[in-house]
Amino acid sequence: MSEQAHSKSHSPLPYLFTLVALLILTGVTVGASYVNFGSSTVNVIVAMLIATLKASLVALVFMHLRNDKPLNSIIFVSSLIFLGILLGFCMIDVDSRERVYPTGLRQVDPPAGAAKAAPAPAVPAPAKH
Amino acid sequence: MSSHSPEVAEHRFRQHHFVTADQQLDTSKTGMWLFLATEILMFGGLFVGYGLMQGVYPEAWVAGHHHLDRVLGAVNTVFLLCSSFSMVMAVHYASTDQKSKTVMNLGITLAFAFAFLVIKYIEYSHKFHEGLLPGRYFRLAEVGGPPQQAMFFGFYFMMTGIHGFHVLIGIILIAWLMVRASRGDFSSAYYTPVDLIGLYWHLVDLIWIYLFPLLYLIS
Repeated sequence: MSEQAHSKSHSPLPYLFTLVALLILTGVTVGASYVNFGSSTVNVIVAMLIATLKASLVALVFMHLRNDKPLNSIIFVSSLIFLGILLGFCMIDVDSRERVYPTGLRQVDPPAGAAKAAPAPAVPAPAKH
Repeated sequence: MSSHSPEVAEHRFRQHHFVTADQQLDTSKTGMWLFLATEILMFGGLFVGYGLMQGVYPEAWVAGHHHLDRVLGAVNTVFLLCSSFSMVMAVHYASTDQKSKTVMNLGITLAFAFAFLVIKYIEYSHKFHEGLLPGRYFRLAEVGGPPQQAMFFGFYFMMTGIHGFHVLIGIILIAWLMVRASRGDFSSAYYTPVDLIGLYWHLVDLIWIYLFPLLYLIS
């Protein structure tokens, strides 16, 4: 009965095609990093789109989500949704912060005299407000 | 003891509270996916922090990323992708009762994983040598450029370090699978450990798929 339930994934050929596609996409993303698409934001978006395409191939084919129980896909996608919530709210925080604190998340530079006496630490201490 | 028919294997490994071996496998897989979700969220926190600080100190990020060797990063990407392929082949052969091919593919996976760590070691020792260290250990006088590169390398070492630690755990688990597979523990009726460690290994690959462009390629 196990063999019947899992027989649909029994040809290994799709795995090979997926590997070839992943290797080609790796080449594309390295190649695209040498091209200037006008702004660095566009370059980031292109790189992230290719990475997401690769990640989808890995999740659907190698991790068998395409013919697995939908529950596992729901778990996977919901973790990504919660990650999106974390990223979204952090971005709102950082973007709106500068209206209250002009330095935003940037290091507060010490006065010019103090900088000469003791070199500024390489890592900014959390700004105290 | 030397050969197990699927029925015998089912009796050996199916726990009494599961009705069928299939139900046991599905339950185990869902449990593994829940664990993988926590892994995604753990790495996700680092990714979010990395992205936010890139927005705050773009010049330091560009300067820091110029110290990374994108050729070595790309080679490591290829190693991990190939290891994912051999891992999925090992799962395939384990689920179709082909013992020697299962062991062979697990061995290939292991070899790629070691190659990944060797390259990581080369990269790390280069950076230690050049003073590209995280936080207050960053030697700005030697490196030059924006001081916030120290933060970039904090993220770099934390993200690739935790990822490398996952690769190390994967190596131990895959070696354990090789022992069990060559002992003849796995068959079409029972190959849950191969399947689950395969999922873990693919997630390690999946995280690297994002780490590579974010750390090495974006300028």
